[in-house]
Amino acid sequence: MLETLGALAEPTRLRIVEVLGQRPRSVGEICDELSLGQPQASKHLRVLRQTGVVEVEAKAQRRIYSLRAAPLRELNAWLERYRRIWDERLDRLDEVIEGIKEEENRHGRRKRR
Amino acid sequence: MAAGREGETTGRTSMERTSDTELVMTRTFRAPARIVFDAYTRPEHVKRWWAPASRGIALVQCEADVRAGGTYRYVLGSGGEVVAAFSGSYLEVEPPTRLVYTQVFEAFPGAEAVVTVSFEEKGGMTTLVAHERYPSKEALDGAVAAGMEEGARESFEQLDRLVTSLRG
Repeated sequence: MLETLGALAEPTRLRIVEVLGQRPRSVGEICDELSLGQPQASKHLRVLRQTGVVEVEAKAQRRIYSLRAAPLRELNAWLERYRRIWDERLDRLDEVIEGIKEEENRHGRRKRR
Repeated sequence: MAAGREGETTGRTSMERTSDTELVMTRTFRAPARIVFDAYTRPEHVKRWWAPASRGIALVQCEADVRAGGTYRYVLGSGGEVVAAFSGSYLEVEPPTRLVYTQVFEAFPGAEAVVTVSFEEKGGMTTLVAHERYPSKEALDGAVAAGMEEGARESFEQLDRLVTSLRG
């Protein structure tokens, strides 16, 4: 999980993942799409492979890279947790607001400082 | 079919990434705007809702001088240690309808976001819309590198769409 996050935290790698999200591509296509040099692209693809974010398949002497769904699904679950942090935070805000309302009903509106 | 879904329907908070650098959160409360505005801004109230207490994290410091040009600082702590600190200054303060402030995660001072919050009251209910804008997509991505809570959530919104497309 943390490895996936680390691999995607690098902006170029995130862009590679975005490009591969459209469809599988060769290194050359990735380079063209993102205006990257081949050594640079290869370096990033190696990291993405090592963390299991992408996989490679040899096809007619070309190496085609594609995304693997599993680590990204895991990441998505993590993202959901983050969203829930905000939802929970605003649930608590809701409780605070209800508390203020009750207080006002009991004592009338207090003079604001 | 979830494809193309932008907002999030879990819970009562909707969340939408409107561009590479912007995020909009919306939530409606059963109270007049003046109460929601106070609850959102005044430290004695903020202390009770901002920190994820269920995860053992508390708001150990909360200072806010809520007026245009004033500053604020929220410090999250856990077990006596500082987890993260957020600070910024208020650009516009118009109670109870509008609030604009800067937000910096102090570990990444270069990635300052501008947050515009509107409080729209209608029939005794108030809809809070918080719009966060970062200086660049890279500012978000950079923030994610160290697991910044606020930034990570947003940057990975785009991955959400990607994952959705992989589900089929």
